[in-house]
Amino acid sequence: MTTLTAPTPRVRLARFRDLTLVPVILLLLVVGAFLDPTFLTTGNLTNVLQQQAAISLVVLAEAMILISGKFDLSLESTVGMAPAIAVMLVVPASAGGFGLGLPGMLVIPLCLLVGAAIGAFNGFLIIKFQLSAFIVTLAMLIIVHGLQLGPTEGKTLFQLPDSILYLGSAIWLGLPASIWIAAVLFAAGIAGLAYFRVGRSLYAIGGNADAARAAGIRVDRVLWGVFILGGMLAALAGILETGRLGAIGSNQGVGWIFMVFAAAVIGGVSMDGGKGTILGALTGVLVIGLVQNLLTLKGVSGFWQPVVYGAIILVALMISRIAGGKAQD
Amino acid sequence: MNYHVEARNIVKRFGPTVALNGAGIAIAEGETHALVGRNGAGKSTLVSILTGLQRPDEGEVRFAGEQAPALADRDAWRRRVACVYQKSTIIPALTVAENLFLNRQTDRGMINWRELRSRARELLATYEVDVDADTPAGDLGVEQRQLVEIARALSFGARFIILDEPTARLDGPAIDRLFTRMRALREQGVTMMYISHHLDEVYEICQSVTVFRDARHIVTRPVAGLPHDELVSAMTGEATLAYEPRARTAGERVVLAGANLSLAGRYHDVDLAVRSGEVVGLAGSASSGKVGLAETLVGLRRPDSGTVTVNGTQVKPGDVPAALRAGLGFVPEDRHHEGFVPLLSVAENATIPIARKLGRFGVVSPARRRAKARQLIEDLQIKTEGPEQPVGDLSGGNAQKVVFARALVDDPSALVVINPTAGVDVKAKQALLGAVEDAVERGAGAVVVSDELDDLRICDRVLVMFHGRVVKDVPRGWTDHELVAVMEGIEQ
Repeated sequence: MTTLTAPTPRVRLARFRDLTLVPVILLLLVVGAFLDPTFLTTGNLTNVLQQQAAISLVVLAEAMILISGKFDLSLESTVGMAPAIAVMLVVPASAGGFGLGLPGMLVIPLCLLVGAAIGAFNGFLIIKFQLSAFIVTLAMLIIVHGLQLGPTEGKTLFQLPDSILYLGSAIWLGLPASIWIAAVLFAAGIAGLAYFRVGRSLYAIGGNADAARAAGIRVDRVLWGVFILGGMLAALAGILETGRLGAIGSNQGVGWIFMVFAAAVIGGVSMDGGKGTILGALTGVLVIGLVQNLLTLKGVSGFWQPVVYGAIILVALMISRIAGGKAQD
Repeated sequence: MNYHVEARNIVKRFGPTVALNGAGIAIAEGETHALVGRNGAGKSTLVSILTGLQRPDEGEVRFAGEQAPALADRDAWRRRVACVYQKSTIIPALTVAENLFLNRQTDRGMINWRELRSRARELLATYEVDVDADTPAGDLGVEQRQLVEIARALSFGARFIILDEPTARLDGPAIDRLFTRMRALREQGVTMMYISHHLDEVYEICQSVTVFRDARHIVTRPVAGLPHDELVSAMTGEATLAYEPRARTAGERVVLAGANLSLAGRYHDVDLAVRSGEVVGLAGSASSGKVGLAETLVGLRRPDSGTVTVNGTQVKPGDVPAALRAGLGFVPEDRHHEGFVPLLSVAENATIPIARKLGRFGVVSPARRRAKARQLIEDLQIKTEGPEQPVGDLSGGNAQKVVFARALVDDPSALVVINPTAGVDVKAKQALLGAVEDAVERGAGAVVVSDELDDLRICDRVLVMFHGRVVKDVPRGWTDHELVAVMEGIEQ
């Protein structure tokens, strides 16, 4: 016999599933305060946020792509390649550019345009050409990084126009601009995916694309939009990172994608699509940022830190397996 | 004549195949009209044309005498026709409320969740669906999901609803409740098109029936006074008699036995013994534990206590390879899930259990495998391009035959089949039941677990389970009414 009323307690719990990491964050703050007196200072916490601002935008992008049931590995390459190409388009040949003489003001729009183009190309291959998102973006991860290495010949770009440095280094109202930017974009993402039809359509598409199509959602168009937006967010992350470091190294963004997936997944975003929230992904970023900061403060060798990050991911997965009760694929 | 829905001379081609060849249907206002036909007759194509998901190459669709709206105007289509598709269109991770108002959570601007929930509750109350609007839809059972889909379909204001095999995954009482609901809708003047493989349902719930065969319209008749045989022969194109179970005498040797089997929450203290040359049925509602018991016999589940003996060997509980070695063959409940590997060929799927006999030292000889597969394809009349075709490309009935081939390939002395004819058409059904009887005539003992009374007719006796216990051993010669009464626990 099927019961006609669903058990209510689970529903209540489910509503707070996005916030499972909040106690972890609080715990980290308390533990951190005891371990190191400088940890719980405004300066240090601002520092944590600023360091995470750029990667958090990639997490935002990846979370949206994962929720719509797709996959994008190439974002990390865009983080380095988009600003590098944009800078080379505007700086003179003597500074390592193409010598086209485009005005320096254009560097940010150009960078976003490059990001959008990469996203659009991914979308074309995955949606129109119907290739596997995993393999397409794996190939694109390699190609896009190569498109940075090729023109720069692996060199770091030092002579950058001021406009690209501004966002990553400016201070607005006492806080780094990058924190404000990330905060505003996350607020927009949280609201967009929770309160707007187009945002909800990501969940519908990721949960059951055929059902979404039957409900009149323009599945292809929405997915394409998500890939383009993802590419632009990755490019913006590249701008922030460039401003923070003051140069574009040949390995800017390299290796980020693992942390990005880790943050999204421990924040409750499902790799199968249709599940998770932007707020959850944000808590995932914060947990990783705080742990990273604590390890650095305590002088844990950078060579050993990956072990800790890997362990965090496994523990988070185990916790969600126990809490969720369902076997994961 | 005043038809509510009419499709005329529809032609639809997909590449070289003609899915509909000048077929049509005309449904009078307020009637429940059945559409029946074998797999591949063109039913699904007609559904997608009637719901505006596909454009016919030729022909026209009219609603209440008016031309159908343009394909792009989804809302206009939805105001005219609602459809509960065979495949669930519920999104499990979203709440019931959001599923009900998918892609129309709000007209513009921000979604007001509180208002959405109350609209959902109102809608559920209107159609008397007792489901919490706040529950994630994935937590609902099959029946409830379907009710949510029906409520959603009707909420667009359509007065015509298509139900595509709604009973395929429901158990007896749930089907009854669905029919009660359909009758209530009909009294409110809703026109329905009903698709099912179960002809008895057509007789129970529909007023007229249209038969499609090979992409063409064959006949439309009122259900009342239409002989069952005539309907079946319209579907198959030949005079087919109802399946005649064969008579036989059971041997003495017990080939499959379970003693004192118990599994918490499924069944308790079950004893059964199947003799060689005997078919034993297991019947009961979805909660009776019959599937759990059958899965225990084949080793898919490990009982809490009790033993299973196959062909005189006591097998380790919960060990499928051991059971297979002892001489058991089985057809699992869900063929897509446990029955076959869709990308592998017919030959490979059918010969998995005997791979070790097809070569030495772990090498499988392709030639011997192909030969064996050819023989199985012939025995079971599997319609396939050849042994190398992937099973995923076959129709439901033929894929199930491959699962049967796998079960029968090693000449099992005990055969367990679960829902052998689920989702297959009349002719395939007869072939599959025939295959069970053939195996039994060769000396095997068989257990048939099924929700279909027709499947149980080949059994020499039927064990009826109720809430995890075998409550009655019914010998051959039962009537539907008798057996159902026992299954529902009305009479013991």
